Amino acid sequence: MIEKRRGALRIVALPPAACALGLIPGMALADARARIPGLPAFDHDPSGDAALLMWLVGACERYTPTVAASGTQSLVMDLTGCLEVAGMDEGQLHRDLQARLARQGLQSALAWASTPDAALALARFGCARAEDLPVAALELDGGVHLALQRAGLRRIGDLKTRPRAALAARFGTQLPVQLACLLGEEDRHITPHRTPPAIYAECRFAEPMATLAPLLDVIRALAGDTERQLAQRAWGGRRFEVTLFRTDGHVTHLSVASGQVLRDPARIATLFNERLETLADPLDPGFGYDMMRLAVPVTQELAEEQADLASDSRTQGNITALLDRLTTRFGAESLCRFHPRDEHFPEYAASFSPMPPQAHEWPARAEGDPPLRPLFLYDPPQRTSVLAEVPDGPPLRFSWRGQQHLVLRHEGPERIAYPWWKHPDGHGPTRDYYRVEDDQGRRFWLFRHGLYGQESTHPQWYVHGLFA
Amino acid sequence: MSDSIRLLSSRKGHPGMRARRAPDSGVLAFGVHQIDQTLNGGMQRDGLHEFYAMDHRDRGAVLALPILLAMQVCHPAKPLIWLRGGDGGPSLQPYGPGLAMLGINPDAVMLIQLRRNQDVLWAGVESLRHGGFGAVLLEMGGRAPQFDLTASRRLALAARGSATPALVLRSGGGAQPVPSAAHTRWKVQAANSVPLAANAPGHPAFDLHLLRQRGGQDGLHLQLEWDCEQAGFRAPLSGGTSAVPSGSAADQIGRRAA
Repeated sequence: MIEKRRGALRIVALPPAACALGLIPGMALADARARIPGLPAFDHDPSGDAALLMWLVGACERYTPTVAASGTQSLVMDLTGCLEVAGMDEGQLHRDLQARLARQGLQSALAWASTPDAALALARFGCARAEDLPVAALELDGGVHLALQRAGLRRIGDLKTRPRAALAARFGTQLPVQLACLLGEEDRHITPHRTPPAIYAECRFAEPMATLAPLLDVIRALAGDTERQLAQRAWGGRRFEVTLFRTDGHVTHLSVASGQVLRDPARIATLFNERLETLADPLDPGFGYDMMRLAVPVTQELAEEQADLASDSRTQGNITALLDRLTTRFGAESLCRFHPRDEHFPEYAASFSPMPPQAHEWPARAEGDPPLRPLFLYDPPQRTSVLAEVPDGPPLRFSWRGQQHLVLRHEGPERIAYPWWKHPDGHGPTRDYYRVEDDQGRRFWLFRHGLYGQESTHPQWYVHGLFA
Repeated sequence: MSDSIRLLSSRKGHPGMRARRAPDSGVLAFGVHQIDQTLNGGMQRDGLHEFYAMDHRDRGAVLALPILLAMQVCHPAKPLIWLRGGDGGPSLQPYGPGLAMLGINPDAVMLIQLRRNQDVLWAGVESLRHGGFGAVLLEMGGRAPQFDLTASRRLALAARGSATPALVLRSGGGAQPVPSAAHTRWKVQAANSVPLAANAPGHPAFDLHLLRQRGGQDGLHLQLEWDCEQAGFRAPLSGGTSAVPSGSAADQIGRRAA
């Protein structure tokens, strides 16, 4: 792997075979080629490496939810308490991980230790014990390393027994801290790649699941498991996430959200059914999924409810369950409820939001008036050309979308000014709204954009809405 | 019990709303004797009803009429679900204040914006089967070839199963009636209103053709006015051509399609 550094193509990374030939990272490619003619070289791709590492992090979530990338070429896992769940002991897990990595054509160095720093150092330097590590494992700057070498301290074991205060005085305060981490005396926490969910259930299959047919049954079984966990804490879930681990390390996440706090496995499975049916890119089981996890990342309190025997849930059932299915299938933004807003411009005076409505105050209509606001608004308003008797008068006829409309009745103008109290230095055109009815009986809401003679010499007209 | 309290409180919040005619009467009544007589009391509550606007500019009228009818049986606890399909035209959005001024409680309307007509039909059948809604409104623009005999029978069966009215709206160019399992089929147009003082446009007025009624008389043609005060329909005082048994070419097309 080569990269252009300091004006020359230099070696960045090497396979073990090349190291054996005496090549070292940082060497210029020309020098290396002089030693070994015909040395193959490839461009270094740091972003590709990072993507591969993140992919591995995702795949390693099969062992523990606490996985994190460390640096550019290593990752750490916290396996405390995870071995029983995985049903493997240390040796089995080691072999399993190594076999999976080898299947991907990756070489790896694995090490176990009581702290992440120690494990990373052991893996990097290929040592069995922390005492055998070279002092380079402390990862301090070059001057300190040189001073340690000069003092004849080459291994961590040499430092272990010496008084720390003296070491700190001579080599800097960072050294005892790093030493404590390597020796497992001090633990630095792993910040996992994804926040581990409070509640999850997983299952491993003896045989990889190569078809999708049993998927929903497995989800229902896992949801039964999370239901027990949630019920113990009097919680329910607002969001559920299924992670599918494929035998080749590929990981797929599917998630559903619900408008109501949920625990019921059947309803969770129904939501996942909607999600599966509407995937743009259908699931590809490949050689099969060998593990699945159902996590509940968003939880909320849910009191125990007694099942009501009398009510017929099918006809009286609340509509939230159906709305959840619809939003899972068509996206959360498809559901809209009307919300009034205290705004001056008509298009801002009402908004849509998926929240269930509270009791709202809607603008009232004066006694005897027809509706003064249209049933529909065009967003944005549609340009139209209008013929008026005088430039600041009501419209006589207008043409819109290729049709002529003769104005039979009109009412207006209702003048809506630019909200200057909100935008102190903004000056927008005033709108003059007219309710008009054409000869066919269609009622439109037109406005003239800008006051003639004061704000504009040729004010534009727009169709803003349709009345019933 | 709690439902009825909610119903009462929702009525209290909207004094303009009509005191509903017996909600369990099994029909959606117009309240205009002439139509209700032709329909044997009103439109069947557990049926499928189609509303057509041949011109996209009649969309205001064709959408308002079924919503106004459905509001007899909808309230915030049992809302109207309005499924809108996309038709590629300029974006026309329902406007809350406009609904409120027409006497429709916007809190009793739930809007689902969908992209495809298949989605509208799918969601329509599911909503009808669920039975928790006061009425289900399916709005499809353009030609909508997906809405065929099979789709309409599916809707009609689901509507009957849960006694929820299914209201299908078709508007825009190419919205031609096709054979379907609908109980009634209407052609709706805007009609000239009765002018107010200073020649101002008056209350909403509709021009209705009953193109088809299953097992009943069709060909009814009349004009109706919506009274925002009383929240009810009435035949306009003037300008309306009431109950002309019509036989124009457009009606013939609609009737043949049935």
